[in-house]
Amino acid sequence: MKQIGKKTITLIITLLLISFAAFLAFQVIPGDPSLSVLGMDATEQQIAAYQKQMGLDRPMPVRYVSWVWDFVRGDLGDSYHYGTSVGGLLGDKLPVTLALTAVSFLFILGLSIPFGILMARFADTRFGRLVNVVNQTLMSVPSFFLGVLLILVFGLMLKWFTPGEYISYRESTTGFLLYLIAPAAAIAIPKTAMVIKFLRSSVLEQRKKDYVRTAYSKGNTDNRVLFIHVLKNSCIPVITILGMIIADTMAGSIVVEQVFNLPGVGRLLVSSIGYRDYPVVQAIIVYIASAVVIVNFIVDMLYRLADPRIREE
Amino acid sequence: MRYFGKKNTALTAGILISAVLFAVMLIGVFYTPYESSKMNGAEKFMAPCARHLMGTDNFGRDIFSRVLEGLGTTFFVAVSVTLFGSLFGVLLGAITGYFGGILDEILMRMNDALVAFPSILLALVFISILGNKVYQIILALGIIFIPSFARIVRGEFIRQKELDYVKSARLMGAGHFRIMFFHILPNTLPALLSAITVGFNNAVLAEAGMSYLGIGVQPPDASLGRMLAEAQGYLFSAPWYALYPGVVIILLILGFSLINEGLGA
Amino acid sequence: MKQTRCYKVCRLLFAAGLLAITLCGCTGDKLGNGQGTSVSVDDSTTQAEPKKGGSVVVGIQQDLDSLDPHMADAAGTSEVLFNIFEGLVKPDKDGNLIPAVASKYEISEDGMTYTFTLRDGITFHSGEPVTIDDVIYSVNRCAGKLEGQEAPLVSAYSVISQVNRLDDHTVELVLENGDTELIGYLTAAIIPKDYEKQKEAPVGTGPFRFVSYSPQHSFVMEAYDGYWQKGLPYLDKVEFRIVANTDSAMLELKGGSIDLYPYLTSDQARELSGQMEVLVGTSNLVQALFLNNAEKPFDDVRVRQALACLVNPQEIMDMVADGYGTEIGSNMFPAFGLYYLESTKDLYEPDVDRAKALLLEAGYPDGFDMTITVPSNYQFHVDTAQVIVEELKQANIRAKINLVEWGTWLSDVYRGKQYQSTVVGLDSDLAPKDLLDRYHSTARNNFVSFSDEEYDRVLEEAMASIDGAEKVEKYQRLQQILAENAASVYIQDPAKLVAIKKDLSGYEFYPVYVLDMAMIYYK
Repeated sequence: MKQIGKKTITLIITLLLISFAAFLAFQVIPGDPSLSVLGMDATEQQIAAYQKQMGLDRPMPVRYVSWVWDFVRGDLGDSYHYGTSVGGLLGDKLPVTLALTAVSFLFILGLSIPFGILMARFADTRFGRLVNVVNQTLMSVPSFFLGVLLILVFGLMLKWFTPGEYISYRESTTGFLLYLIAPAAAIAIPKTAMVIKFLRSSVLEQRKKDYVRTAYSKGNTDNRVLFIHVLKNSCIPVITILGMIIADTMAGSIVVEQVFNLPGVGRLLVSSIGYRDYPVVQAIIVYIASAVVIVNFIVDMLYRLADPRIREE
Repeated sequence: MRYFGKKNTALTAGILISAVLFAVMLIGVFYTPYESSKMNGAEKFMAPCARHLMGTDNFGRDIFSRVLEGLGTTFFVAVSVTLFGSLFGVLLGAITGYFGGILDEILMRMNDALVAFPSILLALVFISILGNKVYQIILALGIIFIPSFARIVRGEFIRQKELDYVKSARLMGAGHFRIMFFHILPNTLPALLSAITVGFNNAVLAEAGMSYLGIGVQPPDASLGRMLAEAQGYLFSAPWYALYPGVVIILLILGFSLINEGLGA
Repeated sequence: MKQTRCYKVCRLLFAAGLLAITLCGCTGDKLGNGQGTSVSVDDSTTQAEPKKGGSVVVGIQQDLDSLDPHMADAAGTSEVLFNIFEGLVKPDKDGNLIPAVASKYEISEDGMTYTFTLRDGITFHSGEPVTIDDVIYSVNRCAGKLEGQEAPLVSAYSVISQVNRLDDHTVELVLENGDTELIGYLTAAIIPKDYEKQKEAPVGTGPFRFVSYSPQHSFVMEAYDGYWQKGLPYLDKVEFRIVANTDSAMLELKGGSIDLYPYLTSDQARELSGQMEVLVGTSNLVQALFLNNAEKPFDDVRVRQALACLVNPQEIMDMVADGYGTEIGSNMFPAFGLYYLESTKDLYEPDVDRAKALLLEAGYPDGFDMTITVPSNYQFHVDTAQVIVEELKQANIRAKINLVEWGTWLSDVYRGKQYQSTVVGLDSDLAPKDLLDRYHSTARNNFVSFSDEEYDRVLEEAMASIDGAEKVEKYQRLQQILAENAASVYIQDPAKLVAIKKDLSGYEFYPVYVLDMAMIYYK
């Protein structure tokens, strides 16, 4: 319990740091939100009136504090560019990005663990080495390029799906998830290859340990040693890796969304930075960062479960 | 050990691939068949042939020359980013890991914040602030890469500082600086080397991703990522345009991950 | 620069009294200089019987900036909202203004009063009839005369001094001074009085009614069955889908999930020509390498002229657009008809020796370094800039491209004038004044910092003139001055390439930035 309390405080501090950094960043970037709202030929008076109306004329610390205060009360403010509430804007899009990240992550988990074990099991065979080279190559493909290739092969040549024919999760959950398969694959494949590699080398590492020799000497079979003894110990470093790639998967979603024209937060984020629409950017950044931090927190807890030896340093 | 021979193969293959690419890149610095930005309206979208080994792009530029130049740019960006990131990462990781305390706490929280921030996002913000010339891109990516190095080095330092050899060095009156950089640092080298190869690959991928979002290297300069992004629109009419930069990126990353694999022996 | 005032109309047709001159000759078959490409040019002879029904997905490049028609500023937004809203009058494809919410109107001889008669039986999408109060409210809202408003929402409306209700069907606008050009601006939407949710769920009188909007993704509308023009629209449902960029649009066009896409590149047009119909029109833009006349070395007219001799519009068109496009020589494009001075395009023929001589004279025998700032979201301008960089090398001018985001471009280049040169396209209301008054030395939007005494004087005279022939002469003189001084390096009016599914018909090129979906039908 004490652990959770401490972690929660850390989490809040991290989020505060992130939001403050994002806030600060916008003070330095050139550009003015009023221009994208009022048009390029707006008069100085119009701009001044607008800044007053939106509270942009207040000093920066005041604005930050008031933003945090509103945020705590659940008010994300209004988008400058769209003139509607940020909460409403994100309500539709966050689920898409989060779903894409989640599906990709499930892909990674579901594929990397069995394949990693198999590859470790057959590491010494010629076939195993060949697969390892393929795996190394897959690891090296940029995900957006993979996305384009998937569209080309499965969308346009084999016609398994129609590129751009996105189905909202409101219309059909199955349709939505089916459409997510291709983009999720684009994100997941290189990452899966990476996890496989880690799992494989972790298993191989463990196999050299003394306890394995002991297990063999007791007359255990190869498979039994692998599944009962080695695997449990190999999981620990893999959990760490999984925690680390969560943020990467999220970032991958942002790029791959553009390839597949998915209405997630990625495009909104890029365009909002362009429009200098701080309230939207702030909200997205804090949401994404929270998601990453929380997942990391969960991974941390799993870690402790998997290996009771780990105590706070 | 049974695996020894095999891992050596990985290392050899990795070094071979990387060395060939490095040599090709070096040649590219001194000689390209055509000027890489030279346009030729009469030779747009030529398929690979004797005159243009890798064909031409939408401006009639020679893709082979551009791949050579792009390889150089990508190499330069990735190497500089890795150097920058590892240098500061080592410094921060060593100090925080060795001394601990409040400084450690503050830096680790900042580290957490940076890690929780998807890197593309961070790159977007940094590029908007710093500008998008090659050196600013390196700076932006370099900053983003610091935490991953710092984390690994810090972990190593925490582990090593309790070891006997450190204790005896301390007893013999060695100063902190000496212990940190002459005693402990060499012992973290295996972990650091592996982090560097992974970092290099991530830097290549980050440059490609940024170019895809239009915030990377500026046209008409070539980088592998930028070429890949530009080629996307011509996948049907000129598949070779995407193919060659794509293959070179994959080889570049493959080389380093094989080295990393080999180093794991 | 696709972010200027919304509804652009050929108001000059009315203003200068140039009878029966079609200003906006931007029909499909004018540009036949494609180089042996297999792009088919639609000559609208395939008059199949329009069928009712069906739905269409249209790819658009820019997200909407507001759903409130009076707040929307981007041209890309007016393109979409044109289908939802109508003003007292609306433009047709030939650039004429036809009565819309008003059934007829009169303008007094002195241009001081406008009288409008409300169309009988016209209704909003809510089903409510349009009343004269709605009209008065809408005009007042645009003019900034409602309570709590500080400035007009449509700046041209500031000349309106009174809005008088004559009876239940008639309204009279009284102006501060005579202005026959105002009619062109009265295309601004008529909206229901005191309806507060225009931003979320817009309600107008147009052929389509709003269904849903998801930022950065889609805008959906369906046919309004109570539309006053009987028989229109043909389609049941239209979805505007905001594509990430032209490359991903291409994948979707190939995959068949987009039925109509009006911003093809020439390469894409070539590639799609078998699969879809490709129509060719003009963009009605002034694309130029704009030079900051206040910055060294472009404060020297000889340097600017040298650049004009080096930049070869034909080469640019060949390189980035397969030869499509119309060369221009000043800050105007051919859609302006009589006002357009074509001869300016021949003032600077590509001539490297002349350029070098000019540079030598100006004191730059070894060339110089320069930066071209380009908004990164416009690939067409980025490509153009790349060709320019190559062309400038001929006289040893070393140009670098600096890509910036649109937001940065607006604040640094357009407003802050912190740049050396930039490549963009200027669009315009179809009034010559709109393109030319920005070069007045005191104009706020004079982002090239051009300054010329004669220009200022002639511009003032032209704007004050009410005589048609005199106006034409003055406006032509202005173009000549810009060209002679090489205020910037004018390149082209780019072609507009539209991809449309083969079983669809009815697409019309408008002289204004709209996409009229009401006329589109399945064959």
